Amino acid sequence: MKLTRSYLGATAVLALTAGAAFAEPALIYDMGGKFDRSFNEMAFTGATRWAEETGGEFRDIELQSEAQREQAIRRFAEAGYNPVVMTGFSMATPLEVVAADYPDTTFVIIDGVVDLPNVRSVLFAEHEGSYLVGMAAAMATESNTVSFVGGMDVPLIRAFACGYAQGAHAANPDVNVIVNYTGTTPAAWNDPVRGSEITAAQISQGSDVVFAAAGGTGVGVLQRATDDGILSIGVDSNQNYLHPGSVLTSMLKRVDNAVFDAFTQGAEMETGIQIMNLASGGVGWAVDENNEPLITEEMTAAIAEAEAGIASGSLSVHDYRSDDTCPYSVE
Amino acid sequence: MSSRNMPKWADVLLVPLISLLIAFALSALVILAIGEDPVRAMAIMIKGSLGSTYGWGYTLYYTTNFLLTGLAVAIAFQAKLFNIGGEGQATIGGLGVALVCLFIPWPNWWMAIIAAILASALFGALWAAIPAFLQAKRGSHIVITTIMFNFIAASVMNYLLSHVLRPQGAMDPATARFDNVLRLPRLHDILAPIGIDFSRSGPANVMLFVAIALCILGYVLMWRTRLGYEIRAFGQSEAATHYAGISSVKIIMIAMLISGALSGIMAVNSVMGGPQRLVMNAVEGAGFIGIAVALMGRSHPIGIMAPALLFGFLYQGGSELAIETTIPREMIVVIQALVIMFTGALDNMVRQPLEAFFLRRSGRG
Repeated sequence: MKLTRSYLGATAVLALTAGAAFAEPALIYDMGGKFDRSFNEMAFTGATRWAEETGGEFRDIELQSEAQREQAIRRFAEAGYNPVVMTGFSMATPLEVVAADYPDTTFVIIDGVVDLPNVRSVLFAEHEGSYLVGMAAAMATESNTVSFVGGMDVPLIRAFACGYAQGAHAANPDVNVIVNYTGTTPAAWNDPVRGSEITAAQISQGSDVVFAAAGGTGVGVLQRATDDGILSIGVDSNQNYLHPGSVLTSMLKRVDNAVFDAFTQGAEMETGIQIMNLASGGVGWAVDENNEPLITEEMTAAIAEAEAGIASGSLSVHDYRSDDTCPYSVE
Repeated sequence: MSSRNMPKWADVLLVPLISLLIAFALSALVILAIGEDPVRAMAIMIKGSLGSTYGWGYTLYYTTNFLLTGLAVAIAFQAKLFNIGGEGQATIGGLGVALVCLFIPWPNWWMAIIAAILASALFGALWAAIPAFLQAKRGSHIVITTIMFNFIAASVMNYLLSHVLRPQGAMDPATARFDNVLRLPRLHDILAPIGIDFSRSGPANVMLFVAIALCILGYVLMWRTRLGYEIRAFGQSEAATHYAGISSVKIIMIAMLISGALSGIMAVNSVMGGPQRLVMNAVEGAGFIGIAVALMGRSHPIGIMAPALLFGFLYQGGSELAIETTIPREMIVVIQALVIMFTGALDNMVRQPLEAFFLRRSGRG
């Protein structure tokens, strides 16, 4: 994508961030690719929104292989880009090394934690958002069976599954939740064919609502659900538009906001751990004209109640990552 | 591979050079077709890989990988064994490096690197031993079996990294980071005492010198020892060596074990010298690039040095292109593939017209 430089806009940003060194921000996408319609694309959306609003420019790169992570981060830091934002927990280990070598550069990692003074670690409360769509799934199912397709089998994705199962059981204590993962390697983020196969298997086990938390793999899950006439739930981005009338809702993970904030605040941003949860609008569920006919008033009311409960703290959703366990089976 | 129909300088220099020019010309067309400026692209590649010590640090790091895998393919090819399994042998070699570095508390780096080289050589050689045995004893074609073993190695590594070697609580399928004592001296550390200020960031390290030393050793082995003579003779004519009383089983096994060991040693650079932990896909295709390097270098242990540097340049320049331009990452793979295709596979396309040209000239003279 070509971004035309607007000197006026750039000057405006310069004036706003007076004192901060003027440098272009950079963005590194995790495996799965920039246009995965999900996690990475959400980051790209946030960066693009920043570029359009401020007229600024940014650099981005897609990784070619796992072994290149450190080089990509180092390259941007070396060339003076600031801040350098990256998506995905796999970046945490290489970033630990590089961030220590470039103390004057500010780094942002989304979904991972690096405990250094020049790193902002953005974490999302995925379990809270998944709880909401789990409720929606359990209220929409007619077969009393809902399912989950995860990407790579890691604690992060299990937190999605665990939140989903808790929400489903809260709305319907007798519901059956089937959980599957695509794989154990980063290739699992970008395997729509396998996603489609898993969905077909789940449908044969009686599932009629499937939630995909699998990056680019989810495209195959949503496609298969549409083809076989069941409902699906998208993830990260609002994916309702992909198959209008078939996608029940999407669990939103506002990676775009995290990137937008980081780019806007620039190199002088506050570092440390930043939690994006339901209360702060970091996660949520999507209702738009594409899925409105599927959402009943009953659903809206029940989910609104849960939202208020989670935000106020009266309803707590168990986070799988806190103790690596879940009240329901997410193996 | 050598030819009697043209002068040696043409065989060694002119053929690869013309192949390279054709590959670059086609790449330029590809870049033009997607709306980018090929001259600018070339400038970015050169500046990014050779224009700073930072760039050199990465270029030489990749060069180290290709020197070792190139040498591995070259030695097997002297016995007319086409070892396509460098990728798998290096992957398993990486396992050897990781085990040595993770589970033995080494007091310093140089003891660790010796152990890591031995372990990676052993693991790589073992991985090559099975296809070699199948070829020597059962006649299963080495090309097929070594390719298959690449897939097996990748799957074994997937399993080990995601289920066995992954530290408790970690999400990334990779081992823990090795102890900092095991950090190999990089060019920055080596060149600082003699007053050269080399970038701290480039991962090129002491393994570069190990690789060059192994190339020289490889030359001595192939051209100055009895075993090397036997291997080369076997490659020229299996029947003649059989007649001379040389065991084909022995030659196939030894050539493949050396080849596998060298591929394995490559992992010391890409695991211990680079990220200092075993990650997935640590080999990054170097096993396959080794084939192109060996073909361009006419399977000569010294001849592979220049092509190894060329591919080091292409790798580092390619990643710079991905950052500096909007040329998508797939297109950079296409450019690398074009170079491999023209310098490796399509060698005869340039060679035959050139031979005809030199024949005509010598006929007239």
